[in-house]
Amino acid sequence: MSPSTTDVVVTGLGATTPLGGDVASTWDALLAGRSGVSRITDEWAQEFPAQLVARLAADPAEQIDRVRARRLDRSQQVAVIAAEQAWAGSGAADSGVAPERIAVVFGTGIGGALTLLGQDDVLEAKGPKRVSPFTIPMLMPNGPAAAVGLAVGAKGGVHAPVSACASGAEAIRWGLDLLRFDRADIVLVGGAEACVHPLPMAGFAAMRAMSTRNDEPERASRPFDKARDGFVLGEGAAALVLERADSAAARGARVHAKLAGAGASADGYDLVAPHPEGEGAGRAITAALRDAGLSPADIGHVNAHATSTPVGDTAEAAAIRSSLGEHVLVSATKSQTGHLLGAAGALESVFAILALREQIVPATANLDDPDDDAAVQALDIVRHEPRRTTLSAAVNDSFGFGGHNIALVFTTA
Amino acid sequence: MSSTQEIQSGLAEILEEVAGVSPADATPEKSFTEDLDVDSLSMVEIATAVEDKFGVAIPDDQLANIKTVGDAMSFIEKNQG
Repeated sequence: MSPSTTDVVVTGLGATTPLGGDVASTWDALLAGRSGVSRITDEWAQEFPAQLVARLAADPAEQIDRVRARRLDRSQQVAVIAAEQAWAGSGAADSGVAPERIAVVFGTGIGGALTLLGQDDVLEAKGPKRVSPFTIPMLMPNGPAAAVGLAVGAKGGVHAPVSACASGAEAIRWGLDLLRFDRADIVLVGGAEACVHPLPMAGFAAMRAMSTRNDEPERASRPFDKARDGFVLGEGAAALVLERADSAAARGARVHAKLAGAGASADGYDLVAPHPEGEGAGRAITAALRDAGLSPADIGHVNAHATSTPVGDTAEAAAIRSSLGEHVLVSATKSQTGHLLGAAGALESVFAILALREQIVPATANLDDPDDDAAVQALDIVRHEPRRTTLSAAVNDSFGFGGHNIALVFTTA
Repeated sequence: MSSTQEIQSGLAEILEEVAGVSPADATPEKSFTEDLDVDSLSMVEIATAVEDKFGVAIPDDQLANIKTVGDAMSFIEKNQG
């Protein structure tokens, strides 16, 4: 079967993030310039070089039933919370679409790390008989996708892309393909991550990938800034409901934006270091434009992956400049949310969609002194204050350790 | 030694904690799977909690025969102490 050219639209949005327990509060906090970053006060962190984290603004325990929550890893809890918001907002439950035509694609970078590590503590302390029978379904990387699938009764397939920090964006791309190939009528997509724990923190710190600006938590994530020194680990989830434009229109669904195209590439360069010129990232963006049938001049805004690491940000700036030009308004929202790893691409796609819907580009916080890098200097990076503008198309790009690159193109509804 | 009444209320506490079963519903005639919606993995958790609370280990081959709250109560009663 060849892919259909039918338009795919976004009819539902959900999120629980370091800025808020839902999409509206997260977006308001983002535009208000608030930071989700704080210093870890737990004793274990005191000897850590990097002690910063962007924790959820809303405790999942307040949003999810206790008995249900105890069988779900925290990454599954946030996935379900975001997914149920998106699902409710879309009205998909009343669409009359058969469960067999509803699919889920939900990514994660790390999966159920808290369960894995927590149950290892149980094993060491109390022996194998005390390990929870829910250990495996809670730690498996398809756990968030499976929990979301059960939550909405999806029987048309449940999938879990794992491509580190590109996972959430990759899920959206898979969802687009499923609809184009008519494998489903409604697809609930997104990403989830919740791995704030000493081991992942120590691992990222050992890579020298995390900011050590411990005394200034809210100033630590500073993409494209000369003084950036690494990312801040965040937790949360975001979800989108995708469906074909004709069926969304037929049921009178609210359309937030169109998902016009997607592109993917692999760097083929290094396991973790990005290509310094962002060669693979640029190819993904160009592929996404081609897929959407748009030219660089059509794109008004990029929600950048920009994690605040020294090498990643300049590579991405080069990729954006070479693939799109210098006219696009660039935002790096990790400056306020921290880096949600496998949820990042989903959350930042939500931001790109809201920028299109509301015609306002969020600011990059903490960008006081842009890097001397030529591409960073050339780009129009929105900083300090959001910018009102006229937008018809926006790109979200995401990159993951392993050389995974995904770009998504959204257009106004 | 726990009395029958203590065993029933102790089991009810476990069922509430593990599976969200209201204590009023945890009566001897109730089937774990049919009436209380307790799945097989939760039964494993319940068995562990029973061992902690009553000092009674339920071997896997016995666990499969425990269908109702009353079955669990009799098993504990017979094997405690």
